[in-house]
Amino acid sequence: MFLLGSLKSQTKIAPWRVVIRTLKVSVVGAGGGIGQPLSLLIRRSPGIDELALHDLSEMKGIAADLSHVSQEGKVIGFTGEVELEPALSGADVVVVAAGMPRLPGMLRDQLMAANGSVAVKVATAVSNACPGALLAFITNPINMIVPTAAEVLKAHGAYDPRRLFGITTLDVVRSKKFIGDAMKISPDKVNIPVIGGHAGITILPLISQCQPEFKGGREDVQKMTHRIQEAGTEVVNAKAGKGSATLSMAFAGAHFVDSLLRGIGGQEGIIECAFVASELTEAPFIASLLELGKYGIKRYLPLPPMSVNEKEAFEKLLPVLKQNANEGIDFARKSLMEKAIPAALP
Amino acid sequence: MFALRLCTQVSRVPFEAFNFGRGGSMRGLKVAVVGAVGGIGQPLTLLLKQNPHISVLSIHDIRNTAGVAADLSHINTPATVCNFEGKSGLKKAMDKADIVVIPAGLPRKPGMRREDLVDVNASVACEVAHAASAVCPGALLAFITNPINVIVPIVATILKAKGTYDPNRLFGVTTLDVVRSKTFIGDILNVDPRTVDLPVIGGHTGHTILPILSQCQPLYKGSDEERQALIRRIQEAGTEVVKAKDGLGSATLSMAYAAYHFVESLIKGIKGSKDECIVECAYVDSDVTEAKFFATQLILGPQGIKENIGLPEMDDEEKQALECMLPNLKKSIENGIKLGEEMSC
Repeated sequence: MFLLGSLKSQTKIAPWRVVIRTLKVSVVGAGGGIGQPLSLLIRRSPGIDELALHDLSEMKGIAADLSHVSQEGKVIGFTGEVELEPALSGADVVVVAAGMPRLPGMLRDQLMAANGSVAVKVATAVSNACPGALLAFITNPINMIVPTAAEVLKAHGAYDPRRLFGITTLDVVRSKKFIGDAMKISPDKVNIPVIGGHAGITILPLISQCQPEFKGGREDVQKMTHRIQEAGTEVVNAKAGKGSATLSMAFAGAHFVDSLLRGIGGQEGIIECAFVASELTEAPFIASLLELGKYGIKRYLPLPPMSVNEKEAFEKLLPVLKQNANEGIDFARKSLMEKAIPAALP
Repeated sequence: MFALRLCTQVSRVPFEAFNFGRGGSMRGLKVAVVGAVGGIGQPLTLLLKQNPHISVLSIHDIRNTAGVAADLSHINTPATVCNFEGKSGLKKAMDKADIVVIPAGLPRKPGMRREDLVDVNASVACEVAHAASAVCPGALLAFITNPINVIVPIVATILKAKGTYDPNRLFGVTTLDVVRSKTFIGDILNVDPRTVDLPVIGGHTGHTILPILSQCQPLYKGSDEERQALIRRIQEAGTEVVKAKDGLGSATLSMAYAAYHFVESLIKGIKGSKDECIVECAYVDSDVTEAKFFATQLILGPQGIKENIGLPEMDDEEKQALECMLPNLKKSIENGIKLGEEMSC
């Protein structure tokens, strides 16, 4: 593999190819509105030996399509529940975009009835096929889905809290964009932590920590915070029943997967916000700044300082996250009971 | 949305037809995508939104553009997104664009050849040609709509009739044939497909697609049978995907990938590059063979085609394949020219 680097100087060798190993990424829900563009963005990255695309609907066509992209590595399609474990077998990273999107008027929480089973099935399959993989969920509602998956992984003896993520990168992307626009600077030059959860008021952009500094009065900060929290709904409404954010979610998801891969490859200083099991607060799961490494989370960065208003908002969102986590855990336990699988002892 | 458009127009250097690029390397470009909501259009606009040289990304389709625009607009890259719909929106979408890329139209179903799409997709060519003449005569036009072999002559004919034709600025995107060739050859030679390079000339359907294996770098050595099988696979790769999708469409993601690569090269050409020579294959107005339109390698520059590299060296079999397919290609071109003369839209 290293010899090829010298054949054409313009060819980029992926930063995570520091050791010679085969790298497999699996996309669950690869046939959907997020899954397809997400798979394309991942396929464009070098260094992935196998890209497995899974969905309930027929994947032959999409796999054939993407396999024509002139990139190293294989693209293989897997269709139906029976092929989920083969799709995941030996994966290093599993990203899950499967499930239903919101319709106008719906809150993310209302998706649990439709999407909770995605978390259960995928966590079960991961336990059997790739228990060491980094597992990253896009499926909403993240605040419940991640706790559900954790509970199922625990029951199968395959749980490592450093390897399970809810992708909240889109909240960071949106924050950078809205703040960049407001400050009339390039949105890729903004840095801001977004902590908490991934629905409504649980999304807490720490505008007081924004670099460069956000210069706005209290009202401006409130409006900006509200817009970031409701940005997902903004797109659901604009799509008028045709779905939720797909392209921006694919962008954000691909960025996060790229960071996971860089961490696996040993690159230093990879910091991302994500929704994870955490002891930083009383909420069992929360999004905060993490340093990513070879085996998932290397380090939990301490919570950033907060302004008075941010502390207030933070106190309000904690009980919501706790409630969401309990709902997610209950869903998992009910599902496990139905399958007669004993839940892990608390 | 309207206020946003006013903003972007006020901040732009005044545009002169046929002379874009004068603004220097700091000016961001306006790229319009016609058919932005479709299977190719959406992933294509996602890739374009990430290009740092694009300051305005204008998306157009017959419906549902507001949702796609809102979605794209959240991505934290510099390009501003604006959206337009329908016949009345087309001119606004393309107004003063530097580049217009057109994936609009219907895809093939299993059993169809690209030529079968002419009846339904010719109107796309017609409408875009009229709009381009009116509002962005200096733009680079890159058509993805099939059948390319016919669509590009239609557009050229209409632009000529309107007196706004520049043969250096009209392209049929054939990059996906090059991408597929690189992938299949990379697989066979067991090398990174990005390190494979070869010209793919001719047209963009069946036997008119001519991958010149004798000029492949690294060298491709296969038996006669293997070469034939490889050439056939490249020629039929589009059909391979149409069949695999079983009625649900044709190549979308790989097409978006290839089209983005081509537009990226057009942008590099506009921006000018001292170090790099920007070379791409595309289907263009040509006197390289007796066919009036023909795909060869082109050097791209600030005004579109800087130089047509012309026919590569070919071995006897390749020369024969070229002779064999020319009548078919010429017929498609005549058909396109006739349609261009007769059509009104």
